[in-house]
Amino acid sequence: MLRKGFAVAALGLAVLAAPLAGTAVAATTQAEPTEQAWSFDGPFGKFDKEQLQRGYKVYREVCSACHSMNLMYFRNLGQKGGPFYDPKYPNPNDNPVVKSLAHDIQVKDVDTDTGDVVSRPATPADKFPAPFANEYAARASNGGALPPDLSDMAKAREGGPNYIYSLLSGFKQPPAGLKLDPGKYYNPWFPGDLTGSWHGAKDKVPEGGAIGMPPPLTDGKVTFDDGHPSKIKDEARDVAAFLTWAAEPKMEERKSFGVGALIYLLIFSILLWFSYKKIWKNVAH
Amino acid sequence: MSGHSTYEPKTGFERWLDSRLPILRFAQDTMVSFPTPKNLNYWWTFGGILAMMLGIQIVTGIILAMHYVPHVDYAFNSVERIMRDVNYGWLVRYTHANGASMFFLAVYVHMFRNLYYGSYKAPREVLWILGCIIYILMMGTAFFGYVLPWGQMSFHGAVVITNLIGAIPLVGPSITTWLWGGFAVDDPTLNRFFSLHYLLPFVIAGVVGLHIWALHVPGNNNPTGVEVKSKEDTVPFHPYYTVKDGFAISVFLILYASFVFFMPNVLGDAINYVQANPLQTPLHIVPEWYLLPFYAILRAVPNKLMGVVAMGGALITLFVLPWLDTSKVKSMRYRPTARLYFFIFILACLVLGVCGAHAPDDLVIPGFSGLQFLDANINSYVWLSRIGALYYFAYFYVITPLLGLTETPLPVPDSISTPVLSHPASAPTGAAASPEKRG
Repeated sequence: MLRKGFAVAALGLAVLAAPLAGTAVAATTQAEPTEQAWSFDGPFGKFDKEQLQRGYKVYREVCSACHSMNLMYFRNLGQKGGPFYDPKYPNPNDNPVVKSLAHDIQVKDVDTDTGDVVSRPATPADKFPAPFANEYAARASNGGALPPDLSDMAKAREGGPNYIYSLLSGFKQPPAGLKLDPGKYYNPWFPGDLTGSWHGAKDKVPEGGAIGMPPPLTDGKVTFDDGHPSKIKDEARDVAAFLTWAAEPKMEERKSFGVGALIYLLIFSILLWFSYKKIWKNVAH
Repeated sequence: MSGHSTYEPKTGFERWLDSRLPILRFAQDTMVSFPTPKNLNYWWTFGGILAMMLGIQIVTGIILAMHYVPHVDYAFNSVERIMRDVNYGWLVRYTHANGASMFFLAVYVHMFRNLYYGSYKAPREVLWILGCIIYILMMGTAFFGYVLPWGQMSFHGAVVITNLIGAIPLVGPSITTWLWGGFAVDDPTLNRFFSLHYLLPFVIAGVVGLHIWALHVPGNNNPTGVEVKSKEDTVPFHPYYTVKDGFAISVFLILYASFVFFMPNVLGDAINYVQANPLQTPLHIVPEWYLLPFYAILRAVPNKLMGVVAMGGALITLFVLPWLDTSKVKSMRYRPTARLYFFIFILACLVLGVCGAHAPDDLVIPGFSGLQFLDANINSYVWLSRIGALYYFAYFYVITPLLGLTETPLPVPDSISTPVLSHPASAPTGAAASPEKRG
């Protein structure tokens, strides 16, 4: 959980030897994610559906150009708790909004008559298509960096949605003295070690890292259908909320189940406590 | 299992069965009429909690295995499929994953309770040793289980831990290759870890059977550490302890459910939601919290082989503890000096846990640059874990043997009933029997 300040020895073996080497180890740093108030915080938290819809639009129009979401299917958008859930269509495959959102996207398929690879509009049963055919293609198009899959991103980073929000809205001009390689961008929230690129005072190495992703969001880049403002911070918030839902689509179900379970256990415990008191009433102990 | 059986077959069928397979007699003697000291406190409820945890882990584990695919290409996605598409899969998986933590939490309470009240001493040495075997089997099971989701920490944790075996002179590397089923942690490794993860819980269940058997021969220890002297010291297990354990289990479930439903991932490492990539080592490889103290002992020693020996030694030490303790008094209730050292021991274990979670070179007190002492900074976690490890071993090999010889314990009561019955507000003698006849 606390993983600051440990230089990685390349092999697992060396991890054990690292404390013995006695060499100065470089430190990985990153800024603490800024805490945001989310609708899904706390034991009674729920996703804000409209925010998820806006977030999907940000993902679709911006992120999906480089980032896959291999664990997501279009049908997920219309399932219970999803951004486009409609109680009229308990089967999300029937949901017309989901159908049309899927239809906007082309996916690869095989023509069963000829065996040729063809493109066709997606259906709700299809996976979100990945932007690149493979890792090599993804790296080649991104200056060697691999855009990570976003399906679990909100669970796969400390700070979850706060981290995603901070990172996306936190690109900064590199401070004087920081010389980054071309195609790298300074972001205090991205974990990294900038010692090598730093030419200023030795004890003032800037926090954060050099990220291969150019600042993806700009004010007004995505026009929201509900007229919601679309400053960088709004877009970042909404897509962070969407990614949280995508990483944990059963969160609402889990929390409401949990409230019931806790109430049950609490009552059960109280009953057992009184049973205990009654049974032990006449025993000195 | 011990003592006189109170079972009386009531029907013809029961008499018939009793003379062929006395299973009902066995159940009656072990779970109903078993005479249990009447002064057991809540620390004694963790045995029941642990039995429940084993049951929960086995049941949820069997369901998970129905959906899990032990293959490096599919394992990660199959776990995600359980979370996303299997009906209540999220519930089963979070119950299982957090169940491991709750299982260890309970086993640590159970073990510290044992140390405090001297339950490992004669005549319960075998009971204690069986418990230590269960604990080690649990560690193995937890380790194998953590590898299965095939996330980044699963993979790299497996690499680090299996490489420890390579430290054994001469045969180490060959054993590692044999264990891996190849020359790296890969598909064969994942397959056999899955197989072992499914096997070991049933081995644990078997040893738990022996553990309970070994418990029922001498009977429970109790907070006074004084053996049961007469019938008035005990109450039948049912209903007295079924209801007390039941209450404790229910309270424990509240804690467990809080994790499962409201913070299912706080005890895990976020990076394990990234699929394993052998070519990309995480910045900081750490085991789950319950293994951290041993990980700290491992890293405290500046030699890999000796580190493995120290870590193994920390576990082996537990097995010989009954013969290291020279004190005639079991319970630390009457050993104020021992009690002090015991609390420092708990502190040392916690400190070791914190050390295990930190990078060895991290500064303990930030801002204080410290100074270099031998191979590391005096203000680093390396040195803190060395101090912790030193105390860990000193507690067992120096303090425990010496204290029993030198300390002056407080007066110990003659029997379990003496301290309670002399208490002014207590009920008259013989009140323990047959509560069902009273209101």
